[in-house]
Amino acid sequence: MPTLVSHPDEVKVISRRFGQGAADIEKYLELDGYKAVQRAIAEGPEWIINTMKASGLRGRGGAGFPTGMKWSFVPKVSEKPKYVLVNGDESEPGTCKDHVLFLHDPHSIIEGTMIAGLAIGSRLGFIYLRGEYRYLLKIVEKAVADAYAKGFLGKNIFGSGIDFDIITQTGAGAYEVGEESALMESLEGKRGVPRIKPPFPAVVGLYGGPTVINNAETIANAPHILLMGGEAYAKLGTERNGGTRLFGISGHVERPGVYELPMGYSLRKAIYEVAGGIKDGKKLKAVVPGGSSCPVLTADEIDVGLDFDQMGKAGTMLGSGGIVVLDETVSIVEFALRVISFYQHESCGWCIPCREGTDWIKKTLTRVHAGGGSKKDIDNVQYLAENMMGRTFCPLGDAAAMPTLGFVKKFRKEFEEYIDGKRVDTPLITIDQLVGAH
Amino acid sequence: MSTVANTIFSPELAARFDHLVTIYPLSRSALVPMLLYAQDEIGYVSDAAVAEIAQRLDLVELEVRNVLSYYSMLRTKPAGKYNVQVCTNISCMLRGGYKILDHCKETLGIGHKQTTPDGVFSLEEVECIGACCWAPAMQINYDFHEDLTPEKVDVLFQMYRDGQGKDVK
Repeated sequence: MPTLVSHPDEVKVISRRFGQGAADIEKYLELDGYKAVQRAIAEGPEWIINTMKASGLRGRGGAGFPTGMKWSFVPKVSEKPKYVLVNGDESEPGTCKDHVLFLHDPHSIIEGTMIAGLAIGSRLGFIYLRGEYRYLLKIVEKAVADAYAKGFLGKNIFGSGIDFDIITQTGAGAYEVGEESALMESLEGKRGVPRIKPPFPAVVGLYGGPTVINNAETIANAPHILLMGGEAYAKLGTERNGGTRLFGISGHVERPGVYELPMGYSLRKAIYEVAGGIKDGKKLKAVVPGGSSCPVLTADEIDVGLDFDQMGKAGTMLGSGGIVVLDETVSIVEFALRVISFYQHESCGWCIPCREGTDWIKKTLTRVHAGGGSKKDIDNVQYLAENMMGRTFCPLGDAAAMPTLGFVKKFRKEFEEYIDGKRVDTPLITIDQLVGAH
Repeated sequence: MSTVANTIFSPELAARFDHLVTIYPLSRSALVPMLLYAQDEIGYVSDAAVAEIAQRLDLVELEVRNVLSYYSMLRTKPAGKYNVQVCTNISCMLRGGYKILDHCKETLGIGHKQTTPDGVFSLEEVECIGACCWAPAMQINYDFHEDLTPEKVDVLFQMYRDGQGKDVK
């Protein structure tokens, strides 16, 4: 069972029910559960969307798209049924926040799904969890069943005359399915390969119908926002970055864990105060600030606020909120190789720049890491990564290229040390080890 | 109700499948869960399971195999009773994930995607399992084990050998 952590700087909105047994519907009801959805029914779709817009909530999956605006893009009238899709395929390395959310507050996700449904005029929502999260799927399934038993889901919810159903779904192991259109393919019983956009899901999504797809944390924010008011939520964060978010701080820190911090909170403080500083008194070397796809920050670059815009200005991304901390002992070459190996493994093979690029970079870095590279290899890795950017259907190609560029540009010296034979590590990567690499 | 004769699944699973194919706007949406649940029961997705699932969803077998080959958790060959999945992705790697993997290899005497001769354990190096803040972590079947040390792994393996391990399905 994941350990719950706490720190005085936390602002608990979405995590306020953690550790209180709120997976139980009675406890959830005691803690203001299912009040927001009733308010939403009373006030109507326009009010919901305006409140969400005012909250400044931006997508917590990583892209940071304003949620209220996303909901407003769904056409009011549609011949095909509309759907709400909750993305709980949490797979970005360094990210485990939805894990905690599903475990401690599954009803907030159900209630949020209902609210999104009311906002766009949908009658059916799906909650999709990655296949590895079976024990969490059980928890969500029980929560959904309990909500049906209470009459909160199904026909005529809360006497509104509106029907709303929720189906839970399991994946079966695929990072790529976390991408919204690939997730829809998977939910339609197909290989999780991405669709070309446009059309966007808000117009043509699941089963060809208009679809709102949101990350589980994004959806779970909706009930809190409706109860506290959009402006009040927005004020917790920074300009254009409303509210709080769950940050999973992992790697070389003293107190790893999932913490809820206001948007814009200092990255330095998150590492040194909230997570207790670098493990065993070592020095900080680098930070991957928002899941493995985000360009690395060096130890000198951490005086930055954790919101989408400030992180963008710093040349990286807020991403999924998974902050991975590297101490001075870490070999960046080895780390970069592990990251690209992941993306090479997970590339679905649909787009050639991603399929070939990840493989080629992995092979090159394997050679460099084993002490057999040449200076040209570093330029070649950079050239490959630059040419993957923006040339694929989905962002997996970018997700592989961006961190690679960061490592090569900011730690070029370390790559050169390997090539000059000043550093040789035992090759680490054991999956598909290259034969005769030297 | 399905008209497909059940030959290989337990009555409970067959009943679950009968229900699953009815709940979605399109029955094919049940495919990925059905493959996974079939594997949970049989240990892998056998040819017979592919044939029956295809029939239940009115798909050709090739379509089912096409989907089956995409998802990393699905396998077409038996694994051990307990599939040990050690994460070595970045957060786990930083906190000793590879040490845990090596320890598992040594203790069980098997490598990646291999099974012990007695069929009790199989081993897999896996990508991020979403337990980054409690690293290093692994899953044995669906059960998560966190903050691992080699000593903890030894205790766990003994528990599973003694039939005391949890087996979440």
